[in-house]
Amino acid sequence: MRCHECQEHEATFHEVVIHHGKKIERHLCEHCAREAGISNDPHMPISQLISSYMMGQNLSIPKVGRNDQPAPKTPRSSPACVGCGLTFSKFKSTGLLGCSACYATFADRIGPMIERAHEGGCSHIGKVPKRALCELKNTPDQSRLQSLLGDARQREERLEQLRAMLAKSVQAEDYEQAAMFRDELTRLSTLAGSQIEPSPKGNRAAMNEESSRTS
Amino acid sequence: MQASDHPEPSDPMKSGAFERNTEWLRGDGDACDVVMSSRVRLARNLAGFPFTSQASEIDQHQVLEACKSRILSMPIEDESQVMWVDLHDSKRDDRLLLVERQLMSRQHAKGKRSDGSGGTDSPRGLAVLLPDERMSVMVNEEDHLRMQVVRSGFALESCLHEINTLDDAIEEGIDYAYDARFGYLTACPTNVGTGLRLSVMMHLPGLALSGELEKVRNAACDMGLAVRGFYGEGSESAGDFYQVSNQTTLGKSDEMLLREMETEIIPRVIGYERHARSKMLKEQDTVLRDRVHRAVGTLRHARLMKVDEAMELLSLARLGVLTGVVEGIDLGVIHTLMLQVQPAHLQKTLGLELTQQQRRSARAEIIRGRLGNG
Repeated sequence: MRCHECQEHEATFHEVVIHHGKKIERHLCEHCAREAGISNDPHMPISQLISSYMMGQNLSIPKVGRNDQPAPKTPRSSPACVGCGLTFSKFKSTGLLGCSACYATFADRIGPMIERAHEGGCSHIGKVPKRALCELKNTPDQSRLQSLLGDARQREERLEQLRAMLAKSVQAEDYEQAAMFRDELTRLSTLAGSQIEPSPKGNRAAMNEESSRTS
Repeated sequence: MQASDHPEPSDPMKSGAFERNTEWLRGDGDACDVVMSSRVRLARNLAGFPFTSQASEIDQHQVLEACKSRILSMPIEDESQVMWVDLHDSKRDDRLLLVERQLMSRQHAKGKRSDGSGGTDSPRGLAVLLPDERMSVMVNEEDHLRMQVVRSGFALESCLHEINTLDDAIEEGIDYAYDARFGYLTACPTNVGTGLRLSVMMHLPGLALSGELEKVRNAACDMGLAVRGFYGEGSESAGDFYQVSNQTTLGKSDEMLLREMETEIIPRVIGYERHARSKMLKEQDTVLRDRVHRAVGTLRHARLMKVDEAMELLSLARLGVLTGVVEGIDLGVIHTLMLQVQPAHLQKTLGLELTQQQRRSARAEIIRGRLGNG
């Protein structure tokens, strides 16, 4: 078969795309395929290959640094949520996520939006489901602990965040708020039991500072 | 409380719920001259089910049944009982009545969600604690569970305490969707975290008359608060009643949000309103008296009345009673009328299908009957 583009060389690149229900075939020689920014790069990451395939896009990889290369025709689109099938574009139009798993699926894209909506708040402070937590105390379960309180690193990060907020409140002489952060620190530290130790240094130093200011 | 103790779902109103005054219109409690009522709302979802808008009808039925049986099996105080309404099997007028009583959202009455999915047949329900209606739980609204506690006057702390008890009781038999980082997971990311909304319904005629309302509105927005109308999100203000509520739910605990509202923001707005009222009494006494007496006169003599006009005039009458400009009108009567003039309540009171003109005439008649001199 001859190349559809130059009509000279033998076509060695064959691409079939279903676009809006219509089958589109392209048969190109190696030279014209390269010119069109199409590559049969054997090193294409498998995830990209699969996602391109799933999204019904062609397997074009634009060449970086070549001005004459056409821009990719379809913008980057994230896969639908595995939990409920919601797409990011549907979320954008409705403002509603479809299930718990959406938070993880679209984490990169909704994270900054959530932070903006909550005036910089990016992680939960406060109540944890009471019964679930009680059950955890009676029968320690690492995976349940993680789902309620996060893994060791996340817990440490949250403690760190709280210490910083506590110090800030003390600095602003807002002792009532500081006391709330202190309570939250204590609560979070004790919740995870022996899994994590509260950092006595940060906590105590801040509270000492508080008492010296108030006295 | 057992399921058998509540009225049949086919006629949830047969206990005469519409004749009582609701908790939020009782008109007493702290700072009740400015704060009509306090309301606390929690959004929760069940683990293992898609949120309502993405849930199949089977899922929605399962969520509904799980929540219904959990709610109806919860222990409750002696005198009270839970009324359960299967909204997909209910009458339109009854649904509107529940909206007017602020027991559920308009959206829940229609069964339609903001993404356009759903409809009146969508499996969804409402639980209301009787007789005072201070607690209600919507099932399968935007989130699986939307619970609220309402108290007359400025009482956010007791509302919060009570709703946490309700939340814990429901959670005894249901696993919530919860994440270590994001807290309670909600369909809309603007509610994620605590899922908590604290709001107070404020009566601000003084600030409205002195033209300072816009300032308060801007200040509230700067402090991260939302100012909404009488019936919440998307509604217009009626008679200078505004709902002020927090917008942030992530990164602040319940106590922190409560503290901001209860000790910082709302007392300041209460102070502004009281100041505006006393300033008007001192400096523009005649203007104030004129406005109030015109309102009372119209209420006592008009033959046709639209609902918006009624709310505006009742608001001015309320201001008149509170500032001592008018005497001989009971505040309780004004509060009752605020509910009785609403379209579905009017329809229910008269028990007839009315045309718009007939409704206006009936509304004016009811007001004249309650305020006398007509």
